[in-house]
Amino acid sequence: MSALTDDTLPMTPRAMRDEMIVFALMAALLAVVPFTGIYPFFVMQALCFALLACAFNLLIGYGGLLSFGHAMFLGTAGYVSAHALKVWGLPPELGIVVGTAAAALLGLATGYISIKRQGIYFSMITLALSQLLYFLYLQAPFTHGEDGIQGIPQGHLFGIFDLSKPLVLYYVVLVGFLAGFLLIYRAINSPFGEVLKSIRENEPRAISLGYKTDQYKLLAFILSGTLAGFAGSLKVFVAQNASLTDVHWSMSGEIVLMTLVGGLGTIFGPVVGAFVIIAMQQYLAGFGQWVTVIQGVIFVSCVLLFRRGLVGELAHLLRRSL
Amino acid sequence: MQALYAQLLVGLINGSFYALLSLGLAVIFGMLNIINFAHGALYMMGAFVAYFLLNLGGINYWWALIIAPVVVGIFGMILERTMLQWLAGLDHLYGLLLTFGIALIVQGVFQNYFGSSGLPYSIPDQLKGGVNLGFMFLPIYRGWVVVFSLVVCLATWFLIEKTQLGAYLRAATENPTLVRAFGINVPRMITLTYGLGVGLAALAGVLSAPINQVRPLMGADLIIVVFAVVVIGGMGSIMGSIITGFALGVIEGLTKYFYPEASNTVVFVLMVVVLLVKPTGLTGRAA
Repeated sequence: MSALTDDTLPMTPRAMRDEMIVFALMAALLAVVPFTGIYPFFVMQALCFALLACAFNLLIGYGGLLSFGHAMFLGTAGYVSAHALKVWGLPPELGIVVGTAAAALLGLATGYISIKRQGIYFSMITLALSQLLYFLYLQAPFTHGEDGIQGIPQGHLFGIFDLSKPLVLYYVVLVGFLAGFLLIYRAINSPFGEVLKSIRENEPRAISLGYKTDQYKLLAFILSGTLAGFAGSLKVFVAQNASLTDVHWSMSGEIVLMTLVGGLGTIFGPVVGAFVIIAMQQYLAGFGQWVTVIQGVIFVSCVLLFRRGLVGELAHLLRRSL
Repeated sequence: MQALYAQLLVGLINGSFYALLSLGLAVIFGMLNIINFAHGALYMMGAFVAYFLLNLGGINYWWALIIAPVVVGIFGMILERTMLQWLAGLDHLYGLLLTFGIALIVQGVFQNYFGSSGLPYSIPDQLKGGVNLGFMFLPIYRGWVVVFSLVVCLATWFLIEKTQLGAYLRAATENPTLVRAFGINVPRMITLTYGLGVGLAALAGVLSAPINQVRPLMGADLIIVVFAVVVIGGMGSIMGSIITGFALGVIEGLTKYFYPEASNTVVFVLMVVVLLVKPTGLTGRAA
């Protein structure tokens, strides 16, 4: 099994400094977006997907676990949050908590099942589980089947911030994204993250060193699922609907594609990948099914020509860790 | 009772497709170490080739049964030569990602030209009608699909387990370097194996064309069910794939009769149960 990424070395102070500079740059750039005339809805959507891709990358890039069912967390948290906001009338902060908690529980259950097998089987199991949930949501009354949950009230966050104002919503989503990003960054560079990387590199050796790798994998899976769910709950406020598209296997594929384009196992790659793919969908919306074909071509060319992804190639050129 | 038998037959037919597809996946995985995500798309291509042959060339079902697997098999071998072979030695997951991309391309192109609705493909004259078995009415075509699939599955099993060629194949799965040292052209064998697996998928596509209509996305959802079948049965044994495929089809058919709401999900639920009870899958060999 060959390594997925170049980064097997421990964190150096220089790398840490580089990454913090890039993070500050990214945060500053995103903070000025509303004053540039860029369509904020597009950026908000991209931020939700960026967080989702980062959560997915935690599993694949650092744990070597390819989940082909991450849409189930996006969809589940979205449905639960939407239901809580619209039917139960919960305030936004509780709606987000409930949705994220649902994703965490789902992560516990599906993680426990899927880590029973390794490698390629793990991917097939996660895909099958998300398809199982897709059919459950298709039939469950509270999701309203093909119509989805629509017209979700945005409300006031903590009773103060009016989320129906695009500018307020933008900064709330941005803060949510940055918080999630930093949490993932912290996890990757913690002792927990180091064990995770050792599992990716050589699981039998990690076991022989006394690590209970199944517990680490399960924890990573739950963490990833919870953050993906958090992204799904945020997305409810942006899109104001929750529908079956978010649970479909093609969505899981898009999450994989974003991370692959940006760079598996890079810190900023999933963010770049998410913006690239969402922008592509935006600009090519008029081409109908050709978008799927183009996505397929990107998949194929990424795997065959630049497996490191955009950020991974850049980091390799600059010999920095990004 | 009539309805029960009818659903059992539908189950057996779906089971035939599961068996043919999971068999191909297992054979390909053994040689290439790749899970072929494009399998559903190639199954769909098989059905479309049959459709084109009939509507553009006036070539009937019986010829399509031979020509479609060969055409799609050659297409598969081109894919293997131009793309898949470069993945040797890389992590398994790249094979999954690459073939997923291929599936998106193939399905997207067909969707562009044929939309998402189904195209009709009529049952060949010789297999029209049905026979009354006393306890149920058996449409001849459906009976034919089950019997023919079973024969093809068993023939594949025989080819791999009982012939000289199959022995080379099994040896190359275990240790390709050693087999090459004996003067056997392993890369060519890998290409042919991929062609064989893909051809089986295309054959299933032709068989399903008169039953399920010809649709660009006909294989997209099917392949996910087949993945669950593969997780349940394991890819270690050819006979295991065949038996698991048919058995799960029958269970799905029974579910359609007794509790139709769960018929979409029963295979996935069974997968969960098997993983909880016997994590290595039914036919052993942990992966």
